[in-house]
Amino acid sequence: MKPIYFDNHATTPVDPRVLEAMLPYFTEHFGNAASRNHSYGWTAEDAVEKARKQIASLIGATSKEIVFTSGASESNNLAIKGVAEMYAEKGNHIITAATEHKATLDTCKHLEKKGCRITYLPVKGDGLIDLDMLRDAITDKTILVSIMYANNEIGVVQPIAEIGKLCKEKGVLFHTDAVQACGKIPVNVIADGVDLLSLSAHKMYGPKGVGALYVRRKGPRVQLTAQMDGGGHERGMRSGTLNVPGIAGLGAACEISQNDMPTESVRLRGLRDRLRATLEANLEEVYINGSMEHRLPHNLNMSFAYVEGESLLMGINDIAVSSGSACTSATLEPSYVLKALGLGDDMAHTSIRFGIGRFNTEEEVDYVAKKMIDVVNKLRELSPLWEMFKEGIDLSKVQWTAH
Amino acid sequence: MAYSDKVVDHYNNPRNVGSFDKSRADIGTGMVGAPECGDVMKLQIQVNASTGVIEDAKFKTFGCGSAIASSSLATEWLKGKTVDQALEIKNTDIVNELSLPPVKIHCSVLAEDAIKAAIDDYKEKQGAGAPAEAVTH
Repeated sequence: MKPIYFDNHATTPVDPRVLEAMLPYFTEHFGNAASRNHSYGWTAEDAVEKARKQIASLIGATSKEIVFTSGASESNNLAIKGVAEMYAEKGNHIITAATEHKATLDTCKHLEKKGCRITYLPVKGDGLIDLDMLRDAITDKTILVSIMYANNEIGVVQPIAEIGKLCKEKGVLFHTDAVQACGKIPVNVIADGVDLLSLSAHKMYGPKGVGALYVRRKGPRVQLTAQMDGGGHERGMRSGTLNVPGIAGLGAACEISQNDMPTESVRLRGLRDRLRATLEANLEEVYINGSMEHRLPHNLNMSFAYVEGESLLMGINDIAVSSGSACTSATLEPSYVLKALGLGDDMAHTSIRFGIGRFNTEEEVDYVAKKMIDVVNKLRELSPLWEMFKEGIDLSKVQWTAH
Repeated sequence: MAYSDKVVDHYNNPRNVGSFDKSRADIGTGMVGAPECGDVMKLQIQVNASTGVIEDAKFKTFGCGSAIASSSLATEWLKGKTVDQALEIKNTDIVNELSLPPVKIHCSVLAEDAIKAAIDDYKEKQGAGAPAEAVTH
């Protein structure tokens, strides 16, 4: 039996309707969208322009403002490095947050080495940034604020419209990595005051390897220094032959998500709340990480105190989820996102992220909840920390032999 | 991460889970690791004072599957050994028996430390041998 897939923040399966939209562009309509002098090229170009409209419609943009990329990591790189280079004369200061995706953080670190000054805003205990702190961080050298729309681990949704308003007041460009939000909750670049926005197909039931960057054309007209040189595709901002089937898939994924969002988000929220309620009703000492109020409808991130995350995953090996435990990461460090919320390493080690998706069912939620409860109880019987907690020992006062 | 069959077996059927009354004179208790490091092992031995043989052993572990398996295996190996024989158990024996990958070697080190800490605690209670040393690694 295939494991139940509850890791929809990592990636999503391609919706069959999306696949349908892509297939003709592999074999039958294989043309290069940049070929201007024959029908193969025109057909490919039509597909690309249709997708551009579908994407623009999802985020309240115009189709000329959409630049295709290989995914959100590339979009983030292009937005941040592109602005840093283009506006270098205006300033060299960029503001981002401690809980951003590595594609943003590592891009900023790269720029730091090249002489930019980066402010990494801390977040509050609920995972949200403090707007006053952002306001205070902006200087006359600040050229860009890059704050993600929704977090990939804890699903918290930042106050994007307020950030957009503040950036506009201060005359600073605003980029948001909206890869987890697009297609899941309403996103509108006008209402949100966003100047640059990254999105990716594979997080919304589209194919991997294709994404887009929204680049505002009016009020202000944002310019970028290209990070990929070549044939001058995408208004010179991103050279490279367009991935026509992928782009057709991204477009279809956006249209489907836009149409289904009102019902889908309600359904997923119901499933998520059912999972949470069952876990909380049957287990003591479980804690939600991040704001429940400002959160994606399909995300749940919980710490199961006194049970180590990797051993938990081992017990639920017929369920695909991820953990903030160090043991599951390449670096052997627990999740930097959870640590930024002020969680101790001990609680970060016990966290599990559930990402419920379009193809999950209520039966699956009930199965996952039951399995989690069984395994947590079993591992707590094994846990010396649980035993000490039950004896009333304050674990923070124990002298541990750190190693 | 793929686990060896033996790790999976110990995880699914951990041996000798539980606790002894640590105030008893014939019980040695070792607790090593730290919650913020992601693993804590408690290992206890029950020793026959006249023969020096470990007659029973129990453990509880907070940690990954390899940490659980390492401590479960340690309790199996301890039973029937004398205290001196038990001191000869090396972390590399555990690594080999469980086919632990390099990234999990620290779990076996922790198990060896837990054995030593339990024996030190027992010896200290008996008033014989060297006083318990702090475990550092």
